[in-house]
Amino acid sequence: MKKILCILETPYRGTLEEQDDATLWFTHALKNAGGDMGILLRGNAVNYAVTAQDPAGVVIGKLSIERPVYPHKDLLKMKQAGIPVHVVREDVETRGISVNSLVTDFELVSAGDLPSLFAQYDQVWHW
Amino acid sequence: MAKTLTISIMEPPYESATSTTAMRIIDAALRKGINVNVFAYEGAVSLTVKDQKPHPNPVHGTSVEEEKHPNTKDLVASLFELAKEKGVKLEWINCGLCVDERGAGNWIDGPRRGGPPDFHKWVQESDATLVIPTK
Repeated sequence: MKKILCILETPYRGTLEEQDDATLWFTHALKNAGGDMGILLRGNAVNYAVTAQDPAGVVIGKLSIERPVYPHKDLLKMKQAGIPVHVVREDVETRGISVNSLVTDFELVSAGDLPSLFAQYDQVWHW
Repeated sequence: MAKTLTISIMEPPYESATSTTAMRIIDAALRKGINVNVFAYEGAVSLTVKDQKPHPNPVHGTSVEEEKHPNTKDLVASLFELAKEKGVKLEWINCGLCVDERGAGNWIDGPRRGGPPDFHKWVQESDATLVIPTK
C-alpha cells in the first residue's frame, strides 16, 4: 500500500461554515478507508497545533455556529487513529508561537529534516 | 437618516474564511442600524442556493442532528431576519450571468437577479463600498 504524506499550509479555509477543515477531514476519511496517511503542518497551518484556540461564539444574524471546529482536537483524533502528525518547528518559531503551547503528541520536525521525512512516504500531497 | 453600505462578495461557500468574514461584517452593520446592499459575484452566488442540505459527519461519527450545521443559505436567511428585526434594509443581488453559468438559480427568499449596472447604482447611492474579492 502506498504511504502518503499530506502537507497542509493554509489553515481555516471555510472552517466556520464547514465545521471542519477539509484537508484534515479528507485525510482522516482516507485513513478510515484503509489508507496509510500522515500529516505535516507547515506555514500558517502550524497554528492548528495550538491547544488554546477557541472558535466558539460566532453568531451570524439569528444563527450561532454551535459546533465549530477545534483543529487540534481533530488532529489528536487523527493521531489516535494512527496518522502521524508532524509540525515544522521553524514555522512555529517564526510566528512567535511558543512550542509549549502546542499539543505535545505531535512531532516537531526541522525544515532541514523534511527531505528525510518525505523519503519515508511514497507520495507527498501539498494541499 | 440611516447610512448604507454596499458590499461585493466573490467567494463561494465553504472554501475560505472570506465569505464568513463578509457575513460577519453584514451582521455587524445591520446591528448598528446600517442598510446593507450585497452584490454576490461569481462563486458567491452559491451562498444562497436553496438546495443546500446539512449532512452527517462520518469522520466525527455524528448525525445530521448532532452536527447542527447551518448552511450558508441559512446564515444569509438569518441575516434577512435580523434586518427585519432591526428595521433596516438588506438587499441582495446575485449576478445573473454568474448564476446561469453555474446553474445556481434556485435561491432562498430574499435575493434577486441583477448585474453590474445594479452594483454601479448602489455604489453611487451608498456611503461606502467594500469589495471583497476571492484570492
